Amino acid sequence: MTEAVSTQRKKIHPHKFTLWVGIGSIIMMFAGLTSAYIVKGSMGNFPTIKMPQLFYYSTAVILISSFTMQWSLKAFKERGMQQYRRLLTVTMILGVGFIAMQLIAFSQLWESGTKLKGATGSGQFLYVIFGLHAVHVLGGVIALIIMFIKAFSARIRNYNPVPVEVMSTYWHFVDLLWVYLFVFFLFKS
Amino acid sequence: MSHGHAEVLTTHEVHHDEHGVHHHHQSFISKYVFSQDHKIIAKQFLITGMIWAIIGGLMSVLFRLQLGYPDQTFPWLEDILGNWAKGGKITPENYYALVTMHGTILVFFVLTGGLSGTFANFLIPLQVGARDMASPMMNMLSYWFFFGGSIVMMSSLFIQTGPFSGGWTAYPPLSALGDASPGSKTGMDLWITAMAMFVVSSLLGGLNYVSTVLNLRTKGMSMTRLPLTIWALFFTAVLGILSFPVLLSGFILLLFDRHAGTSFYLSDIYIAATNQALPNEGGSAILYQHLFWFLGHPEVYIILLPAMGMASEILSVNSRKPIFGYMAMVGSLFAITILAFLVWAHHMFVTGLNPFLGSVFVLLTLLIAVPSAIKVFNWLTTIWKANIKFTPGMLFALGFVSLFISGGLTGIFLGNSTLDIHLHDTYFVIAHFHIVMGVSAFFGMFAGIYHWFPKMYGRYMNSTLAYIHFWVTLIGAYLIFWPMHYEGLAGMPRRYLDYSNWASFNQFGDLNRFISTVAMIVFSIQLLFVFNFFYSIFKGRKVTTQNPWGSTTLEWTAPIHPGHGNWEGEIPEVHRWAYDYSKDGRDFIPQTEPIAANESKH
Repeated sequence: MTEAVSTQRKKIHPHKFTLWVGIGSIIMMFAGLTSAYIVKGSMGNFPTIKMPQLFYYSTAVILISSFTMQWSLKAFKERGMQQYRRLLTVTMILGVGFIAMQLIAFSQLWESGTKLKGATGSGQFLYVIFGLHAVHVLGGVIALIIMFIKAFSARIRNYNPVPVEVMSTYWHFVDLLWVYLFVFFLFKS
Repeated sequence: MSHGHAEVLTTHEVHHDEHGVHHHHQSFISKYVFSQDHKIIAKQFLITGMIWAIIGGLMSVLFRLQLGYPDQTFPWLEDILGNWAKGGKITPENYYALVTMHGTILVFFVLTGGLSGTFANFLIPLQVGARDMASPMMNMLSYWFFFGGSIVMMSSLFIQTGPFSGGWTAYPPLSALGDASPGSKTGMDLWITAMAMFVVSSLLGGLNYVSTVLNLRTKGMSMTRLPLTIWALFFTAVLGILSFPVLLSGFILLLFDRHAGTSFYLSDIYIAATNQALPNEGGSAILYQHLFWFLGHPEVYIILLPAMGMASEILSVNSRKPIFGYMAMVGSLFAITILAFLVWAHHMFVTGLNPFLGSVFVLLTLLIAVPSAIKVFNWLTTIWKANIKFTPGMLFALGFVSLFISGGLTGIFLGNSTLDIHLHDTYFVIAHFHIVMGVSAFFGMFAGIYHWFPKMYGRYMNSTLAYIHFWVTLIGAYLIFWPMHYEGLAGMPRRYLDYSNWASFNQFGDLNRFISTVAMIVFSIQLLFVFNFFYSIFKGRKVTTQNPWGSTTLEWTAPIHPGHGNWEGEIPEVHRWAYDYSKDGRDFIPQTEPIAANESKH
């Protein structure tokens, strides 16, 4: 058993690996949606929109949160638990802020006349695709809240870096995914 | 545990070590209901799949009754189906509902959930030498999402407006507009909810299968020493992980069209039922077809690959010969996995697809014949001049090869975009896909159940009943689907309730009655199998040796009744590939045996 486990340990941790495969799966979902956009867009009769300015600011927020996440992971590995908790909290707040900004941007777009009913165009795709991305960020925020509770609980003393690493990989992924989607819409609408 | 690794040891591994040594006592609930043991989860998938197969099969008997005897009424149908069969005749709406649900249930809930859910769960940890899946918790969730999806799908059968009835592919506008048909109302919402849960279940399962195969193999189990079952289940999981999310994105857009009034798939529609023109503009139903078939075609291989893997393994064991061309088998599985993603538009040849694009898809589609032919060649050369043991598992594996050849050949007809203009939407298509992925995947599943039943329950299934089951099902399958090829070549379209008033096709009345009769016989024989299965769990002949089939693979080195953790003590180490049969004068050499000094090379 000892030997069998130690050969397994040389490889990537199964949870991290599972996350990477899961990321592949999420990529396929957004690839499906953005290629649907391309197919639909090339069929003609496809109204485009003007992107709300707020999306630029939310991009900045999520990019900064990626840095704070990485710093908190670094702090955790160096056993700087105070620093880790502080940075984790900042990341979480930035995550919530990002989602809030997305929602406000949606309502601005809605006010400017891009509704769902009866129409199709880049605006409708934007609601669906950005909305789905926000759901993925929300999932990350919930995971962050759980880690936050664990980090501040007096009972749990855990120095296993795997969950924090998994968290930060996922967080960077939703960040990069956002950058891809944002750039995609900048060019396509 | 060695020092350098101790700090990254997770609770998960500690858990595993414990289980290897002593059995601890669990309550009934945690052992059999919310179990995290991959073997129990496999049995849960299998039995749920069997219940679904009986329901889905019974539906086909009901609509075959209508197709075989369109001029007669069956008052007892009204007794069991109520409003579905007013006056003893299935109404057109409910005929469509039956056909739709038959397809959905068999494709997703039986041959995806039931087949790869069962065997990936059961065989992956046992054959790669792992104590359980990479994440037993996610594995348990995978089953319970499947169960939840099953309940939702089942409940749609009992609502007043009936289950969804627009075909298992759920094309809009039928699937997008509640006013389009009774089944498009609540039935469709339940259908889509159930399918979303099914997709989540498949993803949770698939993630686990892939990371278990890649990360939790025992010492010495290199990828090229894996049994072909594991390779096939691995590629199946990869296909699912990459294609199901795309289906989900198609469903999300569909949900917006249904409930938020968007026009992703809808354009310029006038509904006669409500006498109303819809405001939807600019949508495209073809877009849904692209998203659907991007899953839909890989789905065919998700169904077929596990059967291929199990047939390879069972043919080799019962031929007492190594599988012919192991690396070619792996390579062809890989080629099929890649090609599966590049052929989806062959389902859409008649949608007004650009003919040039069509010809590209024809080429890619016909290319699948190459890996398929490699596999068939290797199966045939494996049994060539072999000392075959005709166990029930072996018979079903041979039946699988036979059906795969017959059904695969008609695929070459359908893969041609020009021939497809004539054959599209006819009984020829029904015959083709039922033989090549329906019945043949069922044969792979039966082969797997008969072969691994001793490992699952520590007892054998009754062989006499199994032989009756095999011969009736094989002959019956050909008698049902072979004549459909002729009907299809004559141009008889699918999805019609009654052909008797149609001059071109009423000549097939007798043939339809014949097909329906055989279908009923074959269905009843499946009940014999179900009886054999449940009877043998409790009363079957007991397994007395650890390795009843004389097999080389790891699952047969575990105890006859393996506990959670599979092996007592250390996990065995692997020293050779899985196919050392009839080598150096020995019947078989287990994978766990070190290579001797004077051993010949395979």
